[in-house]
Amino acid sequence: MEHIVIIGNGISGVTAARHIRKLSDKRITIISAETDHFFSRTALMYIYMGHMKYEHTKPYEDWFWEKNKIELKRAFVKQVMHAEKELILEDGGKLSYDKLILAIGSKSNKFGWPGQDLKGVQGLYSYQDLETLEQNAPNKKVCKRAVIVGGGLIGIELAEMLHTRGIPVTFLVREDSFWNVVLPNGESEMINRHIRNHHIDLRLGVNLKEILADEHGRARAVVIAETGEEIPCDIVGLTAGVSPNTDFLKDSGIELGRGIKVNRYLETNVPDVYAIGDCAEQHEAIGNRRPIEAVWYTGRMMGETLAQTICGNRMQYNPGHWFNSAKFFDIEYQTYGWVNSDERLPEYEEHFHWIHEDDTKCLTIATHKETGKFLGINTFGIRMRHEVFDAWLTEERSTDFVVQDLAMANFDPEFYKSFESQILEAYTNQTVKA
Amino acid sequence: MSTVQRNMSLTGEPPKTLNAVQKFATILGMFGLAILLLAAFNINFPNKALWLAISLLSISGGIILFAKGAYANELEGIKNHGVWFKSVSSRGFLGWLAGIALTGFYIILYFYAEFLGLNANGANTGVISLFDPLSKILSGNPASQWFVYGTLYTIAIFAFGIKFIWKYRHNRYERIRTMSVMFFQTAFAFLIPEFMARLNSSEAYNLPYYDLKSVWPLNYYLFDSYSLDGLLSSGNLGLYMLLFGVASIFIITPILTYKYGKRWYCSWVCGCGGLAETAGDPFRQLSDKSMFAWKVERWVVHSVLVFAVVMTTALVSTYLGNDPNDYWLTRDVFLIGVAVFLTLIFAGIWFFKRAALNKDARYGAAGYFIIIIALIGIHYGSNTENIFIFEASELRQWYGFIIGAVFSGVIGTGFYPIFGNRVWCRFGCPMAAILGIQQRLFSRFRITTNGGQCISCGNCSTYCEMGIDVRSYAQKGENIIRASCVGCGICSAVCPRGVLKLENGPLEGRIDGNQVLLGNDVDLMAMVNKN
Repeated sequence: MEHIVIIGNGISGVTAARHIRKLSDKRITIISAETDHFFSRTALMYIYMGHMKYEHTKPYEDWFWEKNKIELKRAFVKQVMHAEKELILEDGGKLSYDKLILAIGSKSNKFGWPGQDLKGVQGLYSYQDLETLEQNAPNKKVCKRAVIVGGGLIGIELAEMLHTRGIPVTFLVREDSFWNVVLPNGESEMINRHIRNHHIDLRLGVNLKEILADEHGRARAVVIAETGEEIPCDIVGLTAGVSPNTDFLKDSGIELGRGIKVNRYLETNVPDVYAIGDCAEQHEAIGNRRPIEAVWYTGRMMGETLAQTICGNRMQYNPGHWFNSAKFFDIEYQTYGWVNSDERLPEYEEHFHWIHEDDTKCLTIATHKETGKFLGINTFGIRMRHEVFDAWLTEERSTDFVVQDLAMANFDPEFYKSFESQILEAYTNQTVKA
Repeated sequence: MSTVQRNMSLTGEPPKTLNAVQKFATILGMFGLAILLLAAFNINFPNKALWLAISLLSISGGIILFAKGAYANELEGIKNHGVWFKSVSSRGFLGWLAGIALTGFYIILYFYAEFLGLNANGANTGVISLFDPLSKILSGNPASQWFVYGTLYTIAIFAFGIKFIWKYRHNRYERIRTMSVMFFQTAFAFLIPEFMARLNSSEAYNLPYYDLKSVWPLNYYLFDSYSLDGLLSSGNLGLYMLLFGVASIFIITPILTYKYGKRWYCSWVCGCGGLAETAGDPFRQLSDKSMFAWKVERWVVHSVLVFAVVMTTALVSTYLGNDPNDYWLTRDVFLIGVAVFLTLIFAGIWFFKRAALNKDARYGAAGYFIIIIALIGIHYGSNTENIFIFEASELRQWYGFIIGAVFSGVIGTGFYPIFGNRVWCRFGCPMAAILGIQQRLFSRFRITTNGGQCISCGNCSTYCEMGIDVRSYAQKGENIIRASCVGCGICSAVCPRGVLKLENGPLEGRIDGNQVLLGNDVDLMAMVNKN
């Protein structure tokens, strides 16, 4: 029986395993050094915040794996010997495979800051990071101030987490507005205000110079590059993005770039070795997507696709229309299609922006200047129907159509106030002016 | 798995700690409770009306002030911070203490009311006598243990309802729903029956306590002989009320459940649901989500339903059999009618909806159908005084004891802090079982999953009070259509990615949904769905 070995028990690896099991009776082994069972990485924050316990973040009950004959192995893989089709484990053990799936995820970026490896300095990606955080910042007595470096999705989550335990947070963001490499300015600025409403000390347009140590080798303060200001703190969160966790593959013969290089079939340069999820890097980006997509949904899609290939139905990774979502403190964010930030705005793209007077809801619709075609939408504080936008993008609808029919796409709970008429009015007025 | 050593400090820290407002609120509420407790220990308060007012206002005020302390200074949004750190909401010491106290209260209430000051002969004493002034204002009669319970129950729904509204003030569905349960409890369960009791001072009326929104089989005493006697001897009003009771279950309930799902009752109207959604809200995360619990749930709740149907059939047929010439409906015709009705229902389900049911649900339905028919057959074949194998009144007593008192009260509410706030509704309520069967098979209600946006975080499943593993559907892109869903809307509220929406829509494509849309290209999805 063919033995499929999957390194990594995150969403990508587990989805691949589940679908291979659906399609075949191959022997499947999932190896992880992180946890015994699959858990939802995106839910780590809720464990620290006390919304859930670790066990609640496991999407499948523990009996699921044995019942579906998916073997779980808790081990750290040190080396991949692809000529022998063998894995060398840290404890000295060996495991042979017929096909190998690398679903090894990411690690937090560190950009060579002085002091970045001190005690009390950490990222937030793995279960172990969460345990470290629990030690570094158990409460506001032990941790009198936290500094977070890097204004992306993980940074704002970490700020929210620490905030729930009453720990004062200073949030250093390199850009002059939160996440404005991705979000158009109007949205990014609304989130700036929302962050500050939560009493987070948000510092925009600043860089980290260094992290200072105390006599025990623990972080005691950070220094800001622009001003030289020293901010005393007990924990430094490094959240300036993630990159593929490929260190152990350096001399394996598997082609690496920033991640593990794969073709559209998610195959590496080595036969019978595949890579999916955060760690996979496409030779050429697909559409407007980036070559490395460290997103939950794309990990899942790659897992589904690769399962087909492994089970004899060779298939390209061919994601549909782009979508994503996040939550910034109390404000939910959804996106369908492509809305570029102001600083990355292509020549042909123009925006319609609407913001509600309560400053917690807004949306931006991207349109093709010449054709009037609807390119994408960002919404904040208003839920939208994935299915409807997916259809509109496929049908290449115009923005005029989308704004007229926006109510069809609303996904807010029943009895919620709707803003479609306000939005339509703003859109019409804007069109007249232009 | 190594677990993190939590700080054992008792002084507390955010988000576990109480702020100054909450501390004061706790003292105020406890003061109000202490008055009741002292009264229960036969401290004779001089001005009962005044002390009762002080006590009830302190309790309500304490709860509302506590909510203000918790939520007034927070921005709107989901704030389940520290739910699993706090002792009371995570089965810690305070949780067990609350559970034991509540359970003890229910045992005394149901079985030892004399400890509360109920005297078989003569005036009330103890805590019940403290409630006499209020009872006399409303119904003109002295209080009973049920009046005390009803008053406290209403106050709990009212005060904790305000807390709930504060907590979910950003969510209009939750606000309106909670105002609805507060209204139905205060008006229908509390005030109207008291006013009805006032009518009884006239010779023409002999009305039993009747909470009009409490539908058979939840209201299992509707068809007790004393209740039927009372209603039938109270002129047209009594007759209309009896007809309304029958119409509630056979006409009104099916129509509303078809249109809106069982939520119109369970989380908008029902008193048990009302208490669970308000006072019970801090415990919703304690429900068991395992597959095993789901299996137990289906067997137990449907067994209770069968028990309720058999018991009621027995009661009514005994009632009719006492004086065969009194009613146009004879006992034999009634029994044949029940058998025909049940046969039609099961045949209908079997014929139209067999495919929609799981294997074991089919076995269960068929098995129970056979049992009921067999029991009726046994009775019809014999001419003894006994109904079925038991005496009807004995059956009724056992039902009242096991289901009415122990299950719904002692376990159902007493164990809120241990098993979650919907134990009774999920495992025991025969009304929920009927509505559930209908919701599963014949209703426009569903929870829609929003395409591929689910990140499997587990908030929905964790905060589902009915123990539904909502995530298991959401992450597959499937709609959630479960018999037990009471439509409280919290899964949708706590979802950080806007994935869930409670909706009423066409029956077509309700269960399978449209083509599963997870963000892939269509060819792949066709292939994934094929398997």
